[in-house]
Amino acid sequence: MSEIARNSPDPRLWLKQRSRWSIVEIAFWLAALLPFFLFPAYLTLASQIAIAALFAVSVDLVLGYAGIVTLGHAMFFGLGAYAAGLISKAGWGEPLSGLVMAGVFAGLVGYVASFIIVRVQHLALIMITLGLGILSYELANAMSWLTGGTDGLQGVDTWPLFGAFEFDLWGKTAYSYALAGLFIGVMVCRRMVHSSFGLALRGIRENVRRMPAIGSDYRAHLQTVYAISAAIAGAAGALLTQTTDTVSLDVLSFQRSADVVVMLILGGTGRLYGGIVGAIIFLVARDQLAGINPQYWYFWIGVLLMVVVLVMPSGILGGLARLAGKRD
Amino acid sequence: MSGKTLAAAVFGIGLAWSAAASAQETLKVGVILPFSGPFADAGAQLDAGIKLYMQQNGDEVAGKKIEIIRKDTGGPAPDVAKRLAQELVVRDEVDILAGFALTPEALGAADVATEAKKLMVVMNAATSVVTEKSPYIVRTSLTIPQVNYAFGKWAFEKSGVKEAYTLVADYGPGHDAESSFAKGFTEAGGKIVGADKTPVANPDFSAFVQRVKDASPEAVYIFIPGGAQPAAIGKALAERGLTPPATKILAQGELTHPEALESMGDTAKGIITAFHYTLERDDPLNTEFVKAYRDANGGRSPDLFSIGGYDGMHLIYEALKKTNGDAAGDALVEAAKGMSWTSPRGPMSIDPETRDTIQTIYIREVQEVDGKLQNVIVEEIPDVKDPLHGQAK
Repeated sequence: MSEIARNSPDPRLWLKQRSRWSIVEIAFWLAALLPFFLFPAYLTLASQIAIAALFAVSVDLVLGYAGIVTLGHAMFFGLGAYAAGLISKAGWGEPLSGLVMAGVFAGLVGYVASFIIVRVQHLALIMITLGLGILSYELANAMSWLTGGTDGLQGVDTWPLFGAFEFDLWGKTAYSYALAGLFIGVMVCRRMVHSSFGLALRGIRENVRRMPAIGSDYRAHLQTVYAISAAIAGAAGALLTQTTDTVSLDVLSFQRSADVVVMLILGGTGRLYGGIVGAIIFLVARDQLAGINPQYWYFWIGVLLMVVVLVMPSGILGGLARLAGKRD
Repeated sequence: MSGKTLAAAVFGIGLAWSAAASAQETLKVGVILPFSGPFADAGAQLDAGIKLYMQQNGDEVAGKKIEIIRKDTGGPAPDVAKRLAQELVVRDEVDILAGFALTPEALGAADVATEAKKLMVVMNAATSVVTEKSPYIVRTSLTIPQVNYAFGKWAFEKSGVKEAYTLVADYGPGHDAESSFAKGFTEAGGKIVGADKTPVANPDFSAFVQRVKDASPEAVYIFIPGGAQPAAIGKALAERGLTPPATKILAQGELTHPEALESMGDTAKGIITAFHYTLERDDPLNTEFVKAYRDANGGRSPDLFSIGGYDGMHLIYEALKKTNGDAAGDALVEAAKGMSWTSPRGPMSIDPETRDTIQTIYIREVQEVDGKLQNVIVEEIPDVKDPLHGQAK
């Protein structure tokens, strides 16, 4: 917090300064458009990267900013995915409204779950999130009349975007849609973490016991951020459903919860773009390595992860920021 | 290796590759399978079937060179399977999609086959509905209802069982097996006296087996996934004295797979199973297939996945011969319809209406032959079709 004192006496001014757009950030979003021109054959992969990135950003919000270590966030991703699928199956295939409904639904469930989440910390917290994730997976498995069980949900049919853009084989619509979703999601998070609310979250992460001492209701803050994060994760799940027209139990799996944490650690936690960078590296590496050797590609992911955490403990973005001489 | 040598090597390989490619037209087959994750073994066995067929029959058909591009889904992941199918079509420009060990993945990729008009050969995924999802899907494996409906009928009509109890794993294939066995059994006149479902992951069978014992049925029908479970349930059955001939044990073939038999020991004797492929079937074609497979895979025996991959490649080769190398989806599907051949599993054909497999279902009993337990075929039910097609919806 010494930075505040040094740079400006007024915290609001400091926040404003922090939320200014940097050239790197603008360049990043422009670069996100490059796949349309440079890799038109990779747009489907790009769309799934954008979706994974949005999911990673939602986890970053709770893990990186609020310090809630979660191993069960696929629960909300899956809830959003199933909600979007069921809405579409029920005869309403309009993507935008389906996306909003799925996000709101996941957010509501997240709010309910947050009552348990704020009561526990550390190891117990990991166990609770893990438990919730496994519970939701098994519940979906048991309720096969609703979810289709192991075969996956059948009959999902997403209508063209704005009634005009079909989800095509090349993935042009899918990538545009997923990228727009990611952009909006990141903007919402950006606004949030650069507000006094975001500062309060970091305070909770650094020392939860001191927060009540300065008059901050940390439980309410945690509940809010958890619900918002759940809603964003749900929206990411809904994007996956709508761009692929498939939903299966896999959206709720522990693997997905774990993978997203891996992406976040690769990219760097607590800096929003870390999740995006992590998702890009993880999925591109996976695609390329699995292309070379479909059986043992996970080995190289493991090596990559170890190298990154050993050489750059605060993730790739953290390492880059340190190289550039910036402090967080 | 220095940078220069590496560059030279890469250049050389590139040259060789492009020379080979330009010599004749290549035809690409995209194989989508779970090569990693919980179903990696199924993916590997299926792929070994594909490789063996190509090793035996060369990689050239109708003047074209067959190139296989393998993609890993990493488990039951329909969204990944769909993406891979899309990428194979637009990026790698494959002519045929193949593989698909798991039902959700086959269903996920089905739309791509329809949209891109590519032949899609499903080499395992065993839920009935799969072939109905796209007119470009042809299946060379089995369906669970196909085996178990016929089995249920046989159990009442031929083996004289009047009442049975069903015990199945609590997941999609288990539910399918239970309902189709019960359907065949009750339609023939039998009665289901009780039904139970066991958890898919790490079940403790003792409580379930005790329940079956309390009901003291004439026969119990079991469906569980392969792997470690057959031995576990065999032990639980033996401990409670639920063994043949006092109680008839009926099951789908996984239960008495050779590796499972080894660990079950004598308790397995007398178990009756139904399956479309029997490793021990005495038939020159099968013997040759099993020997070649073991030679190529370090002694590992082929299983249902291997035979699905092997016959799937046969279908692709034969269809291409029929169309003279024309790889258009419509032409290949037309060529595949009604095709019939003799496989190591026995005679089989593709139903022109449903594009599904019609094949012989073998009823086998575990017997001791030369001091070794094995599945001995006691009856063959020829030309069995899937009973569910055309009934859904």
